[in-house]
Amino acid sequence: MFKAKLKEAVICFGAGRVTLKYPFEPAFAPPKFRGKVEFDARKCIACGGCANVCPPRCIVIEDVGEVARITLHLDRCIQCARCKEVCPEDAIWTTEQFETATPDKADLKSEMIEWSSSCQRCGRCFEIDNAIDKFSSKRWRGRGPGEENKHGIFPTKPPLDFMPTGSLVRGKGDDS
Amino acid sequence: MIGDFYKKMFPKSIWLHQTNCGSCNGCDIEIIDVLTPYYDVERLGMKLVGTPRHADALVISGGVSRQVAPALRRLYEATPDPKIVIAVGACAVGGNIWFDTYSVLGGADKVVPVTVYIPGCPPRPEAIVYGAALALGLVPKKVQARYEQHLPPGFDLEEHLKAWEDVPIMTR
Repeated sequence: MFKAKLKEAVICFGAGRVTLKYPFEPAFAPPKFRGKVEFDARKCIACGGCANVCPPRCIVIEDVGEVARITLHLDRCIQCARCKEVCPEDAIWTTEQFETATPDKADLKSEMIEWSSSCQRCGRCFEIDNAIDKFSSKRWRGRGPGEENKHGIFPTKPPLDFMPTGSLVRGKGDDS
Repeated sequence: MIGDFYKKMFPKSIWLHQTNCGSCNGCDIEIIDVLTPYYDVERLGMKLVGTPRHADALVISGGVSRQVAPALRRLYEATPDPKIVIAVGACAVGGNIWFDTYSVLGGADKVVPVTVYIPGCPPRPEAIVYGAALALGLVPKKVQARYEQHLPPGFDLEEHLKAWEDVPIMTR
């Protein structure tokens, strides 16, 4: 009886403390953790690949001519890192920062305005006539047929012409 | 600022009432995780209670659906003053992928005033502890909005801003 109690006591002393001391001591996320999204505006070529694949559409690109305004609504970002996957210039990535709580919602909205000349890689400033070339640049950004005079806002057009609009583009259609 | 105010208003422990307003249960699981001995938010005096009448703080998870919005409003009114409202998860903060659907309002702040936003899908338990500590004024705020503008010298942005006014607003 006494022996068993003693054994229990020894086990209890050996158990130690499991509770984290956070927030009084810093805690670190594991490696490869997908946290807050960061971007480098100098590297960005405004190709729109990230905006095309973003599930909650937290990256919004509006462009008029050579100027693009890129807005990151980090309040609805789900940290899936698909933007990082498709970015050809590694201009956007996820950090290990998880302490993003804030009393002000305006802290979660970043914006960059950038000027760029026509890009030959993403084909932003000219349309590709060849369907095969169009397929290779799936993230092609442009205006649909009959919309040449309209200021396009991304994404209004499905990635490929022959894809049905309704099943791919959620929410409002092209003409809204 | 916010911390000092809430330190004065809540000098002792704050009790939480957790509400699911159309969440996928991911955030709820993380909130329960915070109450386990490993993270142990009871060190900060926080405790889950079953009724809003006993609570000092509401913890909201999920993008508020249209059906649940009046109920959330009643819940907020049932909580005694002064009160903290903590929005947990990307749904409660900004609506997540349902921010523009017809049946989801997209964010708890459309219905009730929110004190602390904790984004993430779902947020780490540490992030929730951080948000709770931020509401109590124990830690400083770490995020900040970024605004960058890279234009060639002599470029007239005003004309382009005028042109933007004609752009049909799809998502903003």
